[in-house]
Amino acid sequence: MDSLEIKNLNVTIENKKILDDFSLTLPKGEVHALMGPNGSGKSTLAKTLAGHPDYSVVAGESLVDGKNMIGLSPDEIARSGMFMAFQYPSEISGVSIANFIRAAITARLQKDEELQATQYYKQLYEKMDLLKMDRKFTSRSINSGFSGGEKKRCEILQMMMLKPKYAVLDETDSGLDIDALRIVADGVNKMRSPDIGILVITHYHRLLSYIVPDKVHVIYNGQIVQSGDKELAFELDKKGYDWIKNESVTSL
Amino acid sequence: MAVKSTIEIDQEKGNFHYDTQYNYDAGTGLDENTIRYISDVKGEDKSLLDFRLKALKIFESKALPTHWATQDLENINFDKIRYYLAKGQQPSRSWDEVPDDVKETFERLGIPEQERKFLAGVEAQFDSEAAYSNTKEQLKKEGVIFIGPTEGLKEYPEIFQKWFGKVIPTGDNKFSALNSAVFSGGSFIYIPPGVKVRQPLQAYFRINAENFGQFERTLIIADEGAEITYMEGCTAPKFETATLHSAVVELIALKGAKIQYITVQNWSNNVFNLVTKRGMAMEEAEIRWIDCNIGSRLTMKYPAVILKGAKSRGEVLSIALANDRQHQDTGAKMIHAADETTSNIISKSISIGSGRSSYRGLVNIPKHLKKCKNNTECDALLVNSKSRTDTYPAITLKGDDNSIQHEASVSKVSAEQIFYMMQRGLSEGEAMSLSVNGFVNDLISQFPMEYSVELKRLIDMEMEGSVG
Ligand SMILES: Nc1ncnc2c1ncn2[C@@H]1O[C@H](COP(=O)(O)OP(=O)(O)O)[C@@H](O)[C@H]1O
Ligand SMILES: [Mg+2]
Repeated sequence: MDSLEIKNLNVTIENKKILDDFSLTLPKGEVHALMGPNGSGKSTLAKTLAGHPDYSVVAGESLVDGKNMIGLSPDEIARSGMFMAFQYPSEISGVSIANFIRAAITARLQKDEELQATQYYKQLYEKMDLLKMDRKFTSRSINSGFSGGEKKRCEILQMMMLKPKYAVLDETDSGLDIDALRIVADGVNKMRSPDIGILVITHYHRLLSYIVPDKVHVIYNGQIVQSGDKELAFELDKKGYDWIKNESVTSL
Repeated sequence: MAVKSTIEIDQEKGNFHYDTQYNYDAGTGLDENTIRYISDVKGEDKSLLDFRLKALKIFESKALPTHWATQDLENINFDKIRYYLAKGQQPSRSWDEVPDDVKETFERLGIPEQERKFLAGVEAQFDSEAAYSNTKEQLKKEGVIFIGPTEGLKEYPEIFQKWFGKVIPTGDNKFSALNSAVFSGGSFIYIPPGVKVRQPLQAYFRINAENFGQFERTLIIADEGAEITYMEGCTAPKFETATLHSAVVELIALKGAKIQYITVQNWSNNVFNLVTKRGMAMEEAEIRWIDCNIGSRLTMKYPAVILKGAKSRGEVLSIALANDRQHQDTGAKMIHAADETTSNIISKSISIGSGRSSYRGLVNIPKHLKKCKNNTECDALLVNSKSRTDTYPAITLKGDDNSIQHEASVSKVSAEQIFYMMQRGLSEGEAMSLSVNGFVNDLISQFPMEYSVELKRLIDMEMEGSVG
């Protein structure tokens, strides 16, 4: 079966070990949640999977349908079907959303293929309507001057347009009010299909009442210390991360 | 998706050269004999020879401007340069008569094709002299002159001598003196009163030889109410040794005339490009420099407009792209010398890797003038942290009745931004082009179509090439 298989990933940054033999399998068609306290290595995982050059992979693999992504450049990884919604999306002035997404789609086309402008805009508007984004946004520069909520919606819009095989959403819920949270969650739920595996990284369980995960994993100190079904998220919320910390100490 | 460009000038295409036989060769190094040789083969009269010899003296007496400009100028070895190389003295009027290697060069650069598509006249210079020159019959009938400066002086001495060297005197700077001593090739253009030339005239300057200096000289006169757009393109092959390109361009827009001068410069990394460009705008006339500098080892160029007549307008729109190990020292000068004159400068510079760009401006509005206006905008984009950029605006505004507006900004494309774009599937080069295009877009959209398309393509190519 197709999956995103993360195997024994060991990652350091500036010689500090952040991910410690991290393993997780996300089958296509499922939504998994990854929860953990601040600093536990969630964003490090997301960026490592996306090929960020600052993170050195000492050992381990990230297999997209069996093909190892480690060592590939970020754009090769992206074009292999891996999408990451950033916790802190970059602002890029002068590059409009419409042009940017179009360039990203064009980058995925074969040499002799062409993007049909009318079809492209039709799709773009459809997705924007879904995310309740004003159409004026198409001509605005990516993320510049956007509110937190607008940035996160823009990330989901890109995911919808690029149709990845696997998506890692890094704290897409942070900084969102309840309405925005619903809109973003709706968007993600619309994306759910047998063709995509989604890893939702979050600090709080709040998002998981809208995007109900097939599985929940808890990361602490760069390792998965617990995995379970959606109930685990609520348990974690009740008991707090200290519970995990103590558990992981005793389990050592 | 990709818009097909009508102008094909790019570095990959430009990077080739032919082992050409030259019938005229002034040898290596510069002294009086070099100049006598050039003047002799060009069949010039004594007054022009004297003009050249005097210029040589001035060139020799002037120090390199290293007190304000880069020390890299000292790496130009004037004794190792060949100052004059030509196959022939007369440009052909038909491509069929152009020698094969030269013709093939320009065909590879797409010049004959462009001529057919959208140009009113073309001059194609190969090293020191034009190999081809032609103007549409209709324009000739209207009295438009588009020839080289040597022919200009011989055939139209009264117009030529009135303006030659008047806007840029020989001693303006060391390199204008050098050009005055050894110039060959370039354009002499005269547009009669009221004639509005709708399609651009183009000159293409091609360097083919190694250790060579190209010193074209251009003089454009738009008579009262006339209008003209002139485009110049340049390329050279990549040689190990330094190549020198040092042109002088003088524009004269008489009452109510409009001159638009567009440069598409795409020099290879070994070229020292030290060019003096200045226009004089008479009453209600307009001069607009669109100056885009891509490539070269060092470019020093500050297009200027002397606003001599009341209500005249001057404009410099410039883009400079300094890639790794390149230095773009560019800017603009606006000399207000009459009432109600307006000037506009928009400069965008991009520095990539170890590339360096500097903006040097000079705006002068003296006290006795009324209702003069200047707007200056300088924006710099740094693509990665090694880049550097400097701005020296130098605006002198006197008198209560005049106004200036000045804005400057520096923005950066960080590694994080590049990563963000790459995460969406763009290659590093595409990501950089996209942000650089984003930076220059609003300016490029003000340029003529054929030109803006070409420029975008050049930027894309340059970005692709800058990625290791
Ligand atoms: N670019 C970086 N430079 C230095 N340390 C980093 C960097 N990114 C993350 N870290 C460190 O790695 C650890 C995990 O961070 P992160 O992956 O962002 O955690 P989370 O997303 O779970 O909050 C933290 O101790 C953090 O300080
Ligand atoms: Mg994080």
